[in-house]
This record gives sequence, C-alpha cells and structure tokens, in this order.
Amino acid sequence: MFDSLSSKFESILNKVRGRGRLTEDDVEEVLSEIRAALLDADVNVTVARNVVARIREQAVGAELSKALDPGQQIVKIVNQELTAILGGDTLKITYAGKPPTVVLMAGLQGSGKTTSAAKLARWFKSQGRQPLLVGADLQRPAAVEQLRTLGRQIDVPVFSDPGDPVTTATRGLAEARRIGRDVLIVDTAGRLSIDADLMDEIRRISDAIEPHYTFLVIDAMTGQDAVNTAEAFNATLEIDGVILSKLDGDARGGAALSVKEVIGKPIAFAATGEKIDAFEQFHPDRMAGRILGMGDVLTLIEQAEQVFEKEEAEATAVKMFEGEFTLDDFLEQLQQVKKMGSISSIMGMLPGMPKELKNAEIGDDQVKVTEAIIRSMTLEERRSPEIINGSRRVRIAKGSGTTVPDVNRLVKQFSEMQRMMKQMGGLAGKKSGKKGKPPKMNPVKMAKAMKQMGAGDLSGLGLPGQPGLPGQKNPGAFPDFRDFR
Amino acid sequence: MDNAPLILLLLVGIVVVFGLGVIALNRRRADAPAAVEAPSAPTVEKSLRIDEVPRVEEPTVRKEVEEVEEVEAEETGPEPGPLVEPEPVAPKRRFAKAAGIFTGAFAGVRAKEKITADTWDDLEETLLRADVGLSVTTSLLAGLKSRIDKKEITDPRSLVDALQAEMTAQLSANARDLTFDASVKQPNIWLFVGVNGVGKTTTIGKVAFAQKANGRNVLLAAGDTFRAAASEQLETWAGRAEVPIVRGSEGGDPSAVIFDAVQSAAARGCDLVLADTAGRLQNKTNLMEELKKVRRVAEKDAGTVTEVLLVIDATTGQNGLSQAAQFAEATNVTGVVLTKLDGSAKGGIVFAIETQLGIPVKLVGLGETIADLVAFDPDEYIHELFDAGS
Repeated sequence: MFDSLSSKFESILNKVRGRGRLTEDDVEEVLSEIRAALLDADVNVTVARNVVARIREQAVGAELSKALDPGQQIVKIVNQELTAILGGDTLKITYAGKPPTVVLMAGLQGSGKTTSAAKLARWFKSQGRQPLLVGADLQRPAAVEQLRTLGRQIDVPVFSDPGDPVTTATRGLAEARRIGRDVLIVDTAGRLSIDADLMDEIRRISDAIEPHYTFLVIDAMTGQDAVNTAEAFNATLEIDGVILSKLDGDARGGAALSVKEVIGKPIAFAATGEKIDAFEQFHPDRMAGRILGMGDVLTLIEQAEQVFEKEEAEATAVKMFEGEFTLDDFLEQLQQVKKMGSISSIMGMLPGMPKELKNAEIGDDQVKVTEAIIRSMTLEERRSPEIINGSRRVRIAKGSGTTVPDVNRLVKQFSEMQRMMKQMGGLAGKKSGKKGKPPKMNPVKMAKAMKQMGAGDLSGLGLPGQPGLPGQKNPGAFPDFRDFR
Repeated sequence: MDNAPLILLLLVGIVVVFGLGVIALNRRRADAPAAVEAPSAPTVEKSLRIDEVPRVEEPTVRKEVEEVEEVEAEETGPEPGPLVEPEPVAPKRRFAKAAGIFTGAFAGVRAKEKITADTWDDLEETLLRADVGLSVTTSLLAGLKSRIDKKEITDPRSLVDALQAEMTAQLSANARDLTFDASVKQPNIWLFVGVNGVGKTTTIGKVAFAQKANGRNVLLAAGDTFRAAASEQLETWAGRAEVPIVRGSEGGDPSAVIFDAVQSAAARGCDLVLADTAGRLQNKTNLMEELKKVRRVAEKDAGTVTEVLLVIDATTGQNGLSQAAQFAEATNVTGVVLTKLDGSAKGGIVFAIETQLGIPVKLVGLGETIADLVAFDPDEYIHELFDAGS
C-alpha cells in the first residue's frame, strides 16, 4: 500500500543521498518532487504544503550546511517529518474500570465499518476479552445479517433489534452488562458528513452509550475528501482514533497522513486484507520507516515470534549456518512463514527488498509452485539434492506440473543459498567461536545493519548468476546485504 | 543475550527471499521468451506462467451442479417506490448540498483584477482538492498559460471560463448511452465490477428499477458470493425493484451463479441480466483472474455481455486511475458509474479516467433511495465544479 509512495521517496532521496554539497536549487527540486509524490498519494493539498514548508525550513537552515552529508540529512528530516505526521505513539487501548468498554464505529458508506467491527472484535478476543457486537446499521439492507455472519465466523455474539438505531445501541449496552461481556462494539450505518439528520442520529447514539472509544473508519483509497469527512465527524463525535481499511490495495494511503495532521487523532488500527485476522494495531513510527523503504522489522519480528518456536528456530539457524539446511527444512519453515500472513505483506515489511520483487505482484498461489516442486521430491532428494539426475528431474517436473528447467532452477538456487548461509555462519561464528550453538549476534549492530540494508538491496541474494561473496565491512555483525551484489 | 528475534528474522528473510527468487526468475523468463538465462537442461519448454494458476474447469452447460435458489420478487419490498421512470434529478440541485470549496475558490479567482502567480496557485489547488490529480491539473493549466502568452486570455474571469470550456470539451466527445442490443444472443448481460464498498449492489438495485421502468425484463444475478450477506442485500433491492433474482450459496463459484442466472433469464425470456460481483482490490491478481473468468463464463451459452460497468466512489482519490486501468484490462470496462456524489467529494478522478483511459462516465449515484441515479452530463458536472451554489 504505502509501497509506491516509499519507492517514490526512495528514488527522490537517492538523488541527494551521499552528495557532498547541495545547492538551494537542489533542495528546491527535491522539495517539489516530494510535494508531487505526496499529492499523487492523495495527501491533502494543505497538508502537503505544510509538510514541504517544514522540510524546507529545516533543510535550508543551518543544520544542513553544517552537516557532513547533506543528502543524508534530508533523508533524516523527511523521515522525522513523516513520523511526526503519522502520529507519534501507538494508541494504547485501556479498558474501562466498570465493564463493558464501549466502542462506537462511524464512517461513510462503504468505508468498511461492518467488516472492521468484526475484525476489531476478533482483535479484542485475541487480547483475552469477550466482546459483544451490536448491529445498529438498520439502514443498509442486510447489514445486520452481514454482521451476524461475521460474528458466527469469529464466535462472537451479535445483538440487534430492528427499529431505531439509538434504542438498539442502548439495549445492546444493557445486553452486554446482562450477559457479562466486557467489550461492546457498536456498528452504525454509513452516513455522509454533510447529512445533518444522520449526523444528529449518531450523536444521539453516542450520547446514549457514552463510548470509551469512537473510531472513524476511513478507506485507504480516499482522496482529498478524507480530511473534510474526518473534520466533520470529529466535530460531531470527538473521534479517538482512525481505523484505516483496505490498506492492502495499491493506494498510497495519503489520506492516512492527512487525517492525523488535520484532526490530530492517531490511526489506531489498519485492515490489511480480506481475511478476518488481517487487522493490526497501527504503529506510526514503523509505518514511516516503511514509507521510506526501511522495512518494518519490528512488526515482522512480532509476527514471527507468534508462529515460530524459539528453540526450533535456533536449531534451524544452526543448521543453516553449518550448511545442513535441507529442502525439507525449507519446506517446513515456509509453512511457518505462511502463517504470518500473505507473502506480499511480509515482503512489504522486509527492509530493502529489491523493487523488481516488490513489483512482481507475487501472490501466495505462486509460492505454491515452489512448494509443489519440493513436495514432488523424495525425502532423500530433499536432503541431498545433488543426487537429482535427469530422470529424477523429469519425474519431479511431472509430479509438480512444472518443467525440468523449473526444477533445475530451484535446485541450483537452493545450493547457492546454502553456500551463502554457510559463509554467513562462518562470519558470525568466528566471534562466538563455538560450533553447534547459534551464532551470537549483537542486536544493536544487527539493527544498525538492518537500517543500512534499507539503503541497499537484496537483489543479489539467492539469485543465481550473481554468486556474490560477502565482504567484511562489518565483521562480526550481521552481514551487510549490499555486499552480496 | 537473546538472539531469538534476530534468528527469526533471518529465517523469515531467507525463506521469503529464496521463495521469491525462484518466482521472480520464472516470471522473468515467462516475460522474455528468449532464453535469457539458459537453464542447464534445454528441453522443450512448456512455458510455465506463474501467474496462471491452475484453474478449475469452467462450467459448460450444467444442470444443478450447485444448489441455485431462485427467488421471485417479494411484494413486500420496504420501499416500493413509484413505478414511473425516475424523473432525472438535476445533479445541480443534489450537489448543491456540498457546494463549498469550489464556489469560494473559483468565484474568488473571477473577482480578481489581474492574473498573478496566486491565480495559478488557486486554480491548481482547487482542481487538486477535487481529486483531479496533479498531472491532469498541470497539463490543463499549461494549456491555459500558453494561451495567455498568445494574449488570447487576459483577465481572470475569462481564464476560469476558458478552463471550464476546456474541461467540458475534453469530456464531450464520449458516448454515454447504456448499450442494450436486441440483435445479439439474448439476454444482454451488464456486469458490475469495482473495489470493495463503492456501492455496486446498491447501484444494481437502482439500475434494475430504472431499466424495468424502461420496459426491460430484468433479472438480477447475485454474483457476490464472498461478502457475508451480500446476496441478502441484493435480494432486498430485487424486492424493491420487483424483479427476479438468482442466488448461489455463500462461498460458491461466482461464475457458476452468473452463468445459471443467464440460463434462467434466457429460459424465462428476460432480456437483461444485471450481474453483481464481489468487491475486489485491483492489485489482487488472483481475484482479477476470477473476474476475467466470470466475464468469459457469463456468455458461454446464452447471453452477451454488452456493458461492463466499473463502479467508482466519488471519495476515491488518485487510486481511481489504477482501479480503472486494472479493471479495464481484466474485463474490458465499457463505462463508469460514479457513486456517492451527493457527499462532499467531487469525484474529480473520473476526469482523468475519461481523458487518459477513454472510459466514459455513464451514470451518477446521488443517494440511498431507488431513484437516486441519473445519467452523467459533462456540462452539468463541470459546471458544478466551477459554479456550485453560485
């Protein structure tokens, strides 16, 4: 989603990165390109103007002239500015002393309120809470039915009462108290911010249930109007945070930047896919990194921690570094990785992924082909791919519905990777000095290396024909992937 | 020292990069037929297109493969609505609610005595706020600047008029009639496509009502089998418009549902099938493939697809252009329906869609009731952008 904004910024900033001197004209050119990138990404006109003005102020000030590397300095300024706009800290959800904690959902028609309500309920459930959903959208045909279906999918009860939305919401609150649910999520009908009657109605709903959190659901594809909508809803309801829906599209999400800037309320959650668990808390600082092409390593680690067993992961790492990582292990790891979400969303979080891979629209279905090839091998072949001869190749290709060259490529690439892993292991191993233990790495240095990776790319990694050797710029630290080219 | 997170990260990275490497290579090869990187075993290559996922066999003429429930229109539609052709509500009256930004900005420009740098900034900002987009705005203004250099335009008032005339002219060439062809294999099929939440289902309800009033024998096909309760929603609209609907089971194959609906329409002599599809983001390759299949299968036996209408929400920003391009590539879109224009958004992205992709806007949605749908009129639309409320 933010990917294309990030690649835009990357290419703009790459022009100045590492430059020794920057003239005023250089800076102006960069600023005008940044403005264009922001506008193309649907950042509000006023917000874009303010952002550019603030960057200009810092960039042409004393700071820049004194800096050793003015280009790098600009990158830093832009990064700070984006982080500031996106909204500082993650919204921390606290729970009411006297349950239930009441959440009200509001937004335009089609912004994704009902789906988000269900996804939010699932999120609360994963936090150990017991939510109750209330269907107070009595306007759109079958909206309550939709909520009920989603409720069944996530095993969360749904309350509704045909008639009046205010009464439904009030009775929903009473119902939550009666059956002892500690979170109440009230879905409402979509409404235009200029529809006075309906805005008054949602104000009455809000007055009746006194929500602890009022979330405004905004479609990530929204254009300039996002700001008007957010201002109008905020004036009526006092919004606590924004839920950004459909963030898995290719919209550049400028609306997200603008809304925070204009109403000063953070983006609390983001929906990143059609599946009901594709919903996460929004971490502004991490997102800024993602926009600037630095990846979102923290989220990735969190997700990885949920699916990987620590001991198992360490054991696998040892295997990798000693060159004993087999195709069978790979297949197993791939299953774990798949649990973390779609391949494209994981890719978005990896720092410095080469653009050609990002742009290749790689879906999970396509990963299946790789899987199919490996699954068509015998266990013995998976452990030692070198025994795969001509006839075995034909068999594997037939078994997986692919061709012999496909099989060849996979085998060849795997051995490249194995060799590289061994070299990396050797590097890291020198410091820890012990075999059979996971190589010790310094997290600080690692994080630093990760950051540097943002500047480089991984295009050499794992691609045959470019058997790069790791240089030793940072001995002992995590290898700098730039050297793999 | 706890290494676990680092190791995890490394694992993920390796697995993903390796997995993708294979794919990227395959893709590169598929894209470039010449052996760029000659693999070691040059056999006869049955080029494996990674993007062509093995697909389920398309339904040929099928009978009761899937439970397809036919529901006759219920008479108890909540809002029966008048049974006359909906009196086209002049967009101007409806937009008037949202008059605001434009009026102020353009009126302000007109009132100035001289054309200055501020004039250009104001015009640019106003167009950008309507989601017209930076590149279209820049080229529109560049054209005006050259006319000023030639002294064709000298004052702010004629500058705004010239901009208005230029934008109207760029939209005026396109044909906007909905295609209904009585000479093709019947029934006519109108397919509604678009991203999630733009108002496809609601639009179908309105079109059904208008076309029925127009004398067509309409049948609805509930092809959104993905979203919870989408079929129920369409069924309510079928009741309101008093037309029959063919539904499938939730999670079923949308192609099959629409195919069955077309067969059913042909059997009972309906001449127009309005087919709903699930909302999908245009960057989801597999879902776009599914849509291609829906289109193919729809006219496999009876019926001809004569319209593919892309529904676009007026609040959509620059992403609308990507939506139009991708959907057009997948399904050969014949027109755009611009919904929710009764709000504060102006839907300026349709200007780029028309002028850059050549897809005409055919209909405009202006509210939640069954008659809130009008034909798109470029004069009125552009006029609205410039003079709303004044």
